[in-house]
Parts: sequence; structure tokens; C-alpha cells
Amino acid sequence: MAAYWKANQRRLAPWLFLAPGLLMFAVYVVIPIFQSMAISFYDWDGLGVANYIGSANYAELFDDDAFYTSLWNNLLWLVLYMLAVPAGLLIAIFLNQTVWGMRAYKSLFFFPFVISQVVVGLMFAWFYAPNFGLLYQLIETLTGAKIAILADERFVTYGIIVAGLWPQIAYVMILYLTGLNNVAPDQVEAARLDGARGWRMLWYVILPQLRPATFIAVVVTVIGALRSFDLVSIMTNGGPYGSSRVLSFYMYEQALSEYGYRMGYGAAIAVVLFAIMMVFISGFIWKMWRDETER
Amino acid sequence: MVHLTRGALAVTAALLMSTSAFAQARELKYYADYDPIPLAAMEALIADFEAANPDVDVVLQNFDHEGYKTAIRNFLTADSPDLANWYAGNRMAPFVNAGQFMDVSDVWEANGLGDSLGSAKASMTIDGKQWGVPYTYYQWGIYFNRDAYTAAGVEVPTTWAGFVENCAKFQAAGIDCVTTGSSALWPIAGIFDYINLRTNGYEFHMDLTAGKVAWTDDRVKATFAEWAKIVPYTTQNHAAIDWQDAAALLVQGKAANYVMGNFAVGTFKEGGMTNDNLGFMVFPEITPGIPRAEEAPTDTIHITAGAKNVEDAKTFLAYVASAEAQTKWNTAVGQLPTNKNASVPADDPFLVAGFETLSTAYALAQFFDRDAPAEMAKAGMEGFQEFMVKPDRLDAILERLEKVRGQAYK
Repeated sequence: MAAYWKANQRRLAPWLFLAPGLLMFAVYVVIPIFQSMAISFYDWDGLGVANYIGSANYAELFDDDAFYTSLWNNLLWLVLYMLAVPAGLLIAIFLNQTVWGMRAYKSLFFFPFVISQVVVGLMFAWFYAPNFGLLYQLIETLTGAKIAILADERFVTYGIIVAGLWPQIAYVMILYLTGLNNVAPDQVEAARLDGARGWRMLWYVILPQLRPATFIAVVVTVIGALRSFDLVSIMTNGGPYGSSRVLSFYMYEQALSEYGYRMGYGAAIAVVLFAIMMVFISGFIWKMWRDETER
Repeated sequence: MVHLTRGALAVTAALLMSTSAFAQARELKYYADYDPIPLAAMEALIADFEAANPDVDVVLQNFDHEGYKTAIRNFLTADSPDLANWYAGNRMAPFVNAGQFMDVSDVWEANGLGDSLGSAKASMTIDGKQWGVPYTYYQWGIYFNRDAYTAAGVEVPTTWAGFVENCAKFQAAGIDCVTTGSSALWPIAGIFDYINLRTNGYEFHMDLTAGKVAWTDDRVKATFAEWAKIVPYTTQNHAAIDWQDAAALLVQGKAANYVMGNFAVGTFKEGGMTNDNLGFMVFPEITPGIPRAEEAPTDTIHITAGAKNVEDAKTFLAYVASAEAQTKWNTAVGQLPTNKNASVPADDPFLVAGFETLSTAYALAQFFDRDAPAEMAKAGMEGFQEFMVKPDRLDAILERLEKVRGQAYK
């Protein structure tokens, strides 16, 4: 035993170090994923007996209007949330100057990410509220139209996405600020000597060096967009008659909420959401793997 | 001679007996979800119960009102208390069917509750057995601002046609005829329930919520047609505001009528309304000749299946069902006792009106989200909200509700 250990120490040690983490991950993340998938084939109210019904939950899902509304809203979230990346970059570049008190400004710009999403949601809900909300009054003064954004099915998802962008931009900004600190100053000098300025400098010299930061920012933004539960729950509870539902919220509504006793159906929705996320996660992991093996 | 051993024995015996006098009182765990005023009233009730039963110690753990609705699904299986709050009718069905509430028909038998709690018995009965004890209910109706009526120069209506006519006059005066806050969905279910009860009657409403009638039925369309008459005069952005925000509109005189439960009177009075300018009227008749049914959502206490102290729990339920306990609790909270032998304070015109309304009602409905099963209730209320915002989508909405009906009652 001791001889085997001595001979293979180098190979075995990493696995032994990883073992506790892997065990926790397996028990609390991986196995529950398979359990959820299993539950989606049953009709279960969470309290009584579970009945096996095969793929009936999925058949019902594909015929469900609320599911397609949620899918569409998730798509909107995914696309519009990506605006956080360039916005975060611009603010990071803006803040990357040595002006007195810049650290205070950076903290203030980072503040939205620090406060709880629930608080962000509440604040924006008041901002949009009819009669006393600031944005409502602004729109009324500018256009005369009395639009309560969170009550209007055309605008509600956009309203919630704007609320979500506020902390997300702060998060991406910090990622880029770190990245900008690591930009090689000699390359910038060389480029300046060659006459690069402004937009060309940004696109050809700075951005390529920010590739790792951009990658992380995109990963985090995609996952955040697909996971957006807190804001939908706090601001509209699914929106006027379900118009602002997203998949994560629909799953909660069906399985865990006051009127939801359908664990199997909720699990089916969760599996669909998982499948969508896996597309992106596989892409990210493949890219990371490729980067690591190239090194 | 000092009899040491005998003396020692005597002292030990005395000590043992005195410790048994301080013996641990039997504990009764009670989980509840009261708002501050009902909580104070229940604590007073518990103090009275403990005075009458000194060897029982009731330990009340109070949850946040909304959070309780999710917490109960957890604690009934894991670490259940002896007693728990919940609601009557279809709302308690999931827990009864899962065997998590205890059958208390024996408490009803032993204390003659079938007679004294007669009006609420049907809503506590599943499969011929009773599963809890109702201790309070409250009336729903139309609360109105008399000052708004005077400002628009309008009389209190006695018919539905009169009510709708008044709406046009309110609009001319810049006042919302009807206000509501539908962001939590349930307030507008009250409007639907009443219009349905008045247009088609109690039996039809019960059949509809029990899933025996199609949502695309002409009689349902008739209900929505009546509702469509007042939708244009309802507060515009109701989907973005809570019931409390709508209450503020009524208090400020920006709205005239509010279909609400009696619990809102406290909120109206806190906002500054008084018995002089706050009025209450029964929802007017729509189809002539239909017997008058009312909404009276009932709050209940149940013994959980995992209860450890069943004996004392049953004694507590019997106490809660008694006329004195109910009179005291309901007077403090401003609701109505379910025990017909209890009394109502004569100086509160709303309680007096409510007691009168409910005791002369033909039948009592439990409210849409308690009469209909959870999935149907959610889909129904969302449909109502969509109808109020987009009345022209009625057919699509009814078809969708019909689809849910096919699923929800299996």
C-alpha cells in the first residue's frame, strides 16, 4: 500500500484533494439533477403518492401557451441582457482614469450589484408605479400617455430587463476594470506611436487583450439572464396575467407556489430550462477546454 | 429521640410532591399566520384557555401571512405542530387527501357543533367527515365613499342597472366608479364571484368552481357581459397596484366603490374614513328572482396528522368553537363569529350589517380561490385580469380556461 502510494503520489494527490469537493458537488448538484429529471415523468403533488405518467408532462408542455410565452420572454432576456457587456465595458473605460476620488466613484458605480436583487426589484417597481412613480410621471409629462409599465403586457418584460441590467452592468464593469488593469501598457504605447487613437485603439489593441474578461462577462450574463427569477417574482409575480413569466418563474409557479401543486410538471419545465442552459454551458466548457489544451 | 430516617423520608416525600405540583404543563404547539390585530386577539384567547385549563401550555408560533402558505407544506411533513391555521373548502382538500389533517368529527359530535356552526359545516366537510373547526368569517360586499357620491351628485343604487348608470356620472365627475388592485389577482376574483352569483345563482357558481360546467357555456359569457358594463369605469392601472393602493384611492375620494371584504374596513379607517362617509351595501341583484348568496371566506384551525398532544388539541378546538371565545376574538378583530350563538358588537355598523347579511343569506360561497382547486383558481384569476385589461379577448380566455378545466379536476 505504502509502496503503491509512493510510486503514484503525483498522480493520485490531485484527485484526493478534489475528492471532498467532488463528493459535495455530486450529492448536492449532480444527483438532484437526475432526480428532477426522474420526477418530470411522474404526476406528483408533493404531498401524496407519485404516479408514473411517462412523457405526458412534456406533451402537455408543448401544448401550453404559458410555456411559449415564457420561452419568448427568456429569449428577450438573453438577447437584451447582453447589452450589459458593452455598457459595462464603456463605463469601465470611463472609470479607468486617474482622477482624484476615482475609487469612490468606482464604489458608487459598483453599488447596484451589492444590493439584493429583491431591493432592486422593489425600487424599480416604485419607479414604474402608476400615479407616484418617477418614470410614470416623466412619461406623462413628456408624452401625455398614462402608461403603467408593469401593467402593460407590451412593456412589462422590457421594464423588468432594465431593472436587471442595472446591477448586471455594475458586475460586468468590475470584470472589465480588472481586465483593463492587466492591459500591457507597452502595447498601448507602441500603438499610440503608430498613430492609433480612440476607436481603432479600442478595437485593435485593447479589446483583444480583454478577451478573458469578455468571456467571463458573457458567461455570467447568459447565466444571469436565464436564471432571472427574483426580479420577475418581486416586480410583477409573473406579470399582468402571466405576460412576464420566464421559465424559472413558471417552474416555481407550477411546483412550489401557493397555487402550484404539480411537482412533475414543474420538473419538466426545469428540465427544458436545463437543456437550454446546457447548450450554452457546453459551449463555454468546450472553449475553456480548448484554451487549456492549447496552452 | 429525633427520628432522622422518618424525618428524611417525610422531607423527601414533601419534595417529590412539591416538584409534581410544579410539574411541566402539557405543551400544545400551535402554528399560525396572523396579522398583528388578530394575533393579539388569539393571544388573549390562549390566555383565557390556559386560565380554564391550567395544566396546558399553548405555545403559539406565528409566521408571516404569505410565507405561511409555503411553510405549511413543509412543516406538515417535517416536525408538525399539534394545531395549524388554514382555510375551509377546496383549499384544505390537498392536505386532507394527503392525510395530513386529522379527522375531528368526534369534536363536532361531542360539542354539538353541527348545530352551532351549522352555516359553515358544509365547507368543513369532505367525505362526510369534518377536518377542522371554523372560528371566523367575514362578509364581502361593496364599500363606498359617501363623499364621492355627493361630489358626483349620485344616489346609492338599489339595482344593478342603477349602479351601471351611476358609473357614467362618476366618470363625468372624474371619479373611478369601481376601484380594485389586481396585481395579487385575488381581489378581482371577488368581483367575478359576485357577478356570477347574482347573474346565474349559487348552484351554478358551485358547479362552475367544481368543474362541472364548461367555461365556454353561455351563462358564463352572460356573467362576463355584465362585468363588461363596468370595466370601462374601473381604475385604469389596476394590474400594477395592490389592494391597499386601491384602498387609498377610495379613501381619497378618487374612486367611489370597492368590492372588498370586511377586513379592509380597518385600512379604510386608518386612512381617515369614518362611519359617516364609509358606506357598505350588498351587491345588487342582477337577474331578478335569484336567491341572494354571499361570499364568506372562513378561517379554520386544524389538528395535524403528526400531532403529539391530540387530547389537548381537541379540547382547544372545542374551546375555539365556543360562543364566548368566538364573540371575544371576533369583536377584537372586527370579523364575524361562525357560532350562531355568539354576539356581534352593536356599535360597529359594518359588523351588524355583515351579521345580518350572512345570517339571512341563501348560501355562503368560500371565494373563488378556495372553492376552485389551486390550478383552476390561478388560471381563472389570470383570465379575469386579462379580461379586465383586454375585454375583446374574452373568447380566447374562456377557451384557455376550458383547457385548464380539462386538466385541473383529474
